Amino acid sequence: MSDGWTDGNSLGGPLRDVLGVDLTAAVGRCANCGTTGPLAEGRLFGPAPGLVLRCPGCGHPLLRLARAPGRHWLDLRGLACIEITTPR
Amino acid sequence: MARAAVPGRLNWLVARLAEGRQETTTAKTLVLDVPGWPGHLPGQHVDVRLTAEDGYSTERSYSIASPPDGARLELTIQRLDDGEVSPYLTEIFSVGYPLELRGPIGGYFVWDPADTAPSLLIGGGSGVVPLMAMIRTRIAAGSAAPMRLIYSTRRPGTLLYAGELRRLAGDDGDLSIDVVYTRNAPPGWTGRAGRLDAAGLSQLAGPLDSGTRCFVCGPTGFVESVARLLIAAGVTARQIRTERFGPGGEAS
Amino acid sequence: MSIVSPGFSGRRRATTAKLPPGQYLVRDFPVLSAGPTPVVRLDRWEFRITTETGQVHRWDWAAFRALPAEDVTVDLHCVTKWSKLGTAWRGVCLDTLMSGVATAAQYALARSAGDYTTNLPLADLLDGKAWIAFQYGGADLSPEHGGPARLLVPHLYLWKSAKWIKGIELLDHDVPGFWETLGYHNYGDPWREQRYQGD
Repeated sequence: MSDGWTDGNSLGGPLRDVLGVDLTAAVGRCANCGTTGPLAEGRLFGPAPGLVLRCPGCGHPLLRLARAPGRHWLDLRGLACIEITTPR
Repeated sequence: MARAAVPGRLNWLVARLAEGRQETTTAKTLVLDVPGWPGHLPGQHVDVRLTAEDGYSTERSYSIASPPDGARLELTIQRLDDGEVSPYLTEIFSVGYPLELRGPIGGYFVWDPADTAPSLLIGGGSGVVPLMAMIRTRIAAGSAAPMRLIYSTRRPGTLLYAGELRRLAGDDGDLSIDVVYTRNAPPGWTGRAGRLDAAGLSQLAGPLDSGTRCFVCGPTGFVESVARLLIAAGVTARQIRTERFGPGGEAS
Repeated sequence: MSIVSPGFSGRRRATTAKLPPGQYLVRDFPVLSAGPTPVVRLDRWEFRITTETGQVHRWDWAAFRALPAEDVTVDLHCVTKWSKLGTAWRGVCLDTLMSGVATAAQYALARSAGDYTTNLPLADLLDGKAWIAFQYGGADLSPEHGGPARLLVPHLYLWKSAKWIKGIELLDHDVPGFWETLGYHNYGDPWREQRYQGD
C-alpha cells in the first residue's frame, strides 16, 4: 500500500557526505509542477542503485544520488530552486 | 520553525555496547558508549554501518531514543523477521562489541528544548522512538512546554517503554501520554482501540491551535494517514513534521 | 577504513558456483526500485517497438500472448552486488518481436511505465540474448518484480532488464538512460565488472 518509500529525512547522512551540509530542512521547488516543501517531505526511493527523491505532488524526481566507493553523482535538475536558512 | 542547514561532513565513530535492555520480545534498547559524540537534538538519527569479514557492508538509519547525555547514546531496535541488520543488533551484538555509527543527522524532524510552544507527538509502532527522545529531553531540560503523546501499537506485547510511559502518565500536568491499541487491548482497557481515526484524534489530541507543533513518526502508511487526519482537523502543513520508516501500512 | 562487526555476515550464502567479480549469492529476490510500482492494467497494456524512421510496431496483451514464448533459466546479477542463479522465466524472445521490424539502428532505449529508461546496443537484444518476460518461477510476474511484463537481458547487470516494459525505441545514436545518466556504466557487463562510468 505504501509502496516501499520513506521520506527525505534519511537523505541527511548521504547529502552531508557529498555536499558537507544537511539539506533535509531546506525548502525545494519542483521543476516539473512547482510544488514547494522541505526536502524531508519528499518521497524517497532507494537506496540502491541510487537514492531518488520524488515530488510528493507530481512524482517527478527532485534529486537523484548514486554512490560508488570514493565517487558520488548528484542530479539536482528536478529542483528548480532550494531555499536554505542559515544563521544570521 | 525554520531550521538552519546543518554543516560539516560526518565521520564514522566507533561505539561500543555498554548494556542491552529488552523492551519487548522483539525489540531491544542498545545503550552505547560513543567516544567523541558531539551531542544531539531529539528527533535526530544516526546511520550505523555493519561490515562482514570479507568487506561486505551495509548501512541503516536509527532514531536516537535518548536525551543528550555526554558520550552515551541509546537506540531502540525493532527486530524485523526478514531483516538483515536488526536480527544482528538484537540477537548477536553483545556488550563490548564495536558498532560504527555517524551522526547526529537531521535538521528537520527535531524538537528544540528551548521551544515553549505546545507539541503533539503521534507515533506508530517503532515511530515512538524519536518521540520518546523528545519527551525524555523535555524532562531533562526542565521544560514546561506542553507535550502530548499519542502512541499507536498493536498490542500490549508490542508496547515499547511500557514501564516508563506508565510512570510518566499522570506525573506532570503538561505532559500527557495516551496509548491506542490497534489489534488487541489489555483486559479492562478503557482507552481507545483500533486504528487512529478522526474521532480518536479529536478525543485524544483535544483542540489543536495554530501554534501546536505536530510530530508524526512511524511506518509510511501510518504517517500518511495521520497527516491527513491532522490536515482535516484544521492543522496546517507547516505545523506538521513527519518521519516515515518505510512500508508497514498501519502502526507496525 | 571500516571496522569488522563481529558475528555479522548479512544475507549472503556461501557458494562454489562461479560468480562475476564482486558478486555474492542471495536466497531471496530483492526488490529495488527508483519509484513507485506502476499499476498496469492488462486491458490497456501495450508493447511498442519504434524504429529510427518512426515506424511503430505494437502488440496489445492478447497479441503479445499469442506469440510463441519460451521457458528460460538464467542467472541474474544486480549491480548492487547480489546474484541469483538458475531463475526460471517464461517470455517472448526479442528476436520474435523484431522479426517483422525493418531497421538499420544500432542502439535501443527501453522505456518502462513511469519514467525509467535504460539503453543498450540493439545487438545485445538479439540472437537469443533477451526476452519480454511475463512469468517468473512458473507464476505470473508480480508487479514488484516488473509485472505484467519486463525486459530480461541476463548477460548485463539487472538494471538493464527494465521492469514494467512499455516499449523499445531503436535509435541511430545512443541515449543514456535513468541510471546511465547518474554515474552507472553505459554498457554494464558483470563479467568485466562494469558498474560505474570509467570502470
